[in-house]
Amino acid sequence: MAQKRLAIIATKGTLDMAYPPFILASTAAALDYEVQIFFTFYGLTLLRKDLSGVKISPLANPAMPMPVPMPVLVSALPGMESMATMMMKQKIKAKGVASIEDLRTACLESGVKFIGCEMTVDLFDFKREDFIDGIEYGGASTFFEFAGNTDICLFI
Amino acid sequence: MDYNKELDARGLNCPLPILKTKKALGELTAGQVLKVISTDAGSVKDMEAFAKQTGNELLSSQPEGKEYVFFLKKK
Repeated sequence: MAQKRLAIIATKGTLDMAYPPFILASTAAALDYEVQIFFTFYGLTLLRKDLSGVKISPLANPAMPMPVPMPVLVSALPGMESMATMMMKQKIKAKGVASIEDLRTACLESGVKFIGCEMTVDLFDFKREDFIDGIEYGGASTFFEFAGNTDICLFI
Repeated sequence: MDYNKELDARGLNCPLPILKTKKALGELTAGQVLKVISTDAGSVKDMEAFAKQTGNELLSSQPEGKEYVFFLKKK
């Protein structure tokens, strides 16, 4: 049986949206898939060496479970985002869910290929030295070179 | 059941039991048996799916109290 292939486009840079690409990619790799993730726009921030900027916000997210009902205007107060992020990280740890760093490392160890969007680096004046090693940089046509021949292709 | 290696995946949540199982199987040779102990209820279905897709044989899958015990034979 030919090796299956999975391509993912990761476009979001929040803590909750950081999970799906890394969980799916690491699991697919464990199932012997060949996997590539193309990180573009805010998704590219998931490849930073320092992931402390990856946060979750209760603002404009009515589905987020809160310990106490929280009016929208309260969610907008300074410090609320950091507090929500801290609480979420505590919950993630308590429930035995992997951290984003761990899943990212698991991806790299199992051969998942990361492609950083060159245009995004330029657009946001990012510096390549802020990102982890082992990334390739490219554009849309680099993505299609792999994605055009995959079994599963996801936009996250 | 006899086994060659044991993996303690207690307290770990999806997808960690599967990722660690894959890694542990990588340290065995073909035909050797890995025992996995997990507390993640989702790992019962996931372990079946993992075995089916990777060709490693799931010899047994049993709940023991609040834990789940698996025996996998490396392909």
